[in-house]
Amino acid sequence: MIRVVLPTHLRALARVDGEVVLDVDGRPSRGAVLDALEAAYPVLKGTIRDQVTRQRRPFIRFFACEQDLTHEPVDAALPEAVVNGAEPYLVVGAMAGG
Amino acid sequence: MGGVRVLVGTRKGGFVLTADGTRDRWEVSGPHFPGWEIYHMKGSPADPNRVYASQSSGWFGQVVQRSNDGGRTWEAVGNKFEYDGDAGTHQWYDGTQHPWAFARVWHFEPSLTDPDTVYAGVEDAALFRSTDGGASWQELPGLRKQPSGPHWQPGAGGMCLHTIVLDPADARRMYVAISAAGAFRTDDGGASWRPINRGLRSQGIPDPNAEVGHCVHRIAMHPSRPGVLFMQKHWDVMRSDNGGDSWREVSGNLPTDFGFPIDVHAHEPETIYVVPITSDSHHFPPEGKLRVFRSRSGGNEWEPLTKGLPQQDCYVNVLRDAMAVDRLDPCGVYFGTTGGQVYASRDNGDSWAAIVRDLPAVLSVEVQSLA
Repeated sequence: MIRVVLPTHLRALARVDGEVVLDVDGRPSRGAVLDALEAAYPVLKGTIRDQVTRQRRPFIRFFACEQDLTHEPVDAALPEAVVNGAEPYLVVGAMAGG
Repeated sequence: MGGVRVLVGTRKGGFVLTADGTRDRWEVSGPHFPGWEIYHMKGSPADPNRVYASQSSGWFGQVVQRSNDGGRTWEAVGNKFEYDGDAGTHQWYDGTQHPWAFARVWHFEPSLTDPDTVYAGVEDAALFRSTDGGASWQELPGLRKQPSGPHWQPGAGGMCLHTIVLDPADARRMYVAISAAGAFRTDDGGASWRPINRGLRSQGIPDPNAEVGHCVHRIAMHPSRPGVLFMQKHWDVMRSDNGGDSWREVSGNLPTDFGFPIDVHAHEPETIYVVPITSDSHHFPPEGKLRVFRSRSGGNEWEPLTKGLPQQDCYVNVLRDAMAVDRLDPCGVYFGTTGGQVYASRDNGDSWAAIVRDLPAVLSVEVQSLA
């Protein structure tokens, strides 16, 4: 069970409140979490990563356990605290004006 | 008595303004999709309750919203815009070739006859079509892959396909405009395209009379005369009487012929409206006076329309998709500003009033006349 915290705009788009809880097949990685997230909430396709290139959108960040995991390989294992549900996996809209 | 629905896209959400046929009192609903850029919302001529909205964000990309109840409720539909085959390259600002990459939808043009068919003009410039109400999108690649495609380059606002005009008399003919490539026409339903820029003259490109490279801001047509097109170019107001085969300038006595929107009166095909802007580097009205100019002769002779519009200290802009007309009689004319005002005239432009004045910067205005 992976706990995912989405930014406000994506919670509104997915029509969810608070955290999203996902069952992730296999070894949890960012790619596996995003696959599970998009399967559960198809409306999020294209909002975190490009649908065609699969690349992370430039202003999206991934944090967990007070670490910036944005630049970890997409298939890198997530921290154990995220995997066991002790800590959430944060999808963050990068700070910017506007 | 019919009613009017005004669909307003802004930098921070969409708004739906409604009034009865008197166009006297307006109700404002929104913001829909607050915090997102709503580049464009447009209703289907075949089913006014069907409305498409382009919702985008620098953070979260493109979302397409569809309403089946005139904008009261919405559902997200397909947002996968994949270029056909090898996307190829176009010219970049530095003269090198740059891969075509999807950024956002600038404009939706619903079919005149089928609510589930809608065209999308996107950045980087391409034309997509959905025939399933926006659930899926397919590119019409003949436009981007015609010989001039690799020579197109972006304007300051990006390389966007912002104008789509459907010919009501010939379902196989349509027009598009791209900044900064120019105008293009298909006569076979979108399979093949050709540039239609003969007569355009642009000082900002190496060959002012080039076949492509012109920064066309907007094209308008009256449905009763589909061969007559009016264009607001970067500079110059132009007119074609032969479906774009050739153009002539009709700027006439305008105080400046730079501007973005252009539109045609609902019942008078020779009556057209523009909003002159000082220059390409000063995107605000001349002398701080917000004036719509109207020509009742299809161009050349223009009169300023000022009643009800600010005539001092006004430094807003009116963007290319931010003017529209209703089909009531007298014709209503509407436009939105980057200052968040939406002005309406219910007397052909003779007088104006702000029907809402403190919205986020207005990107687009479309009007539906309801039975």
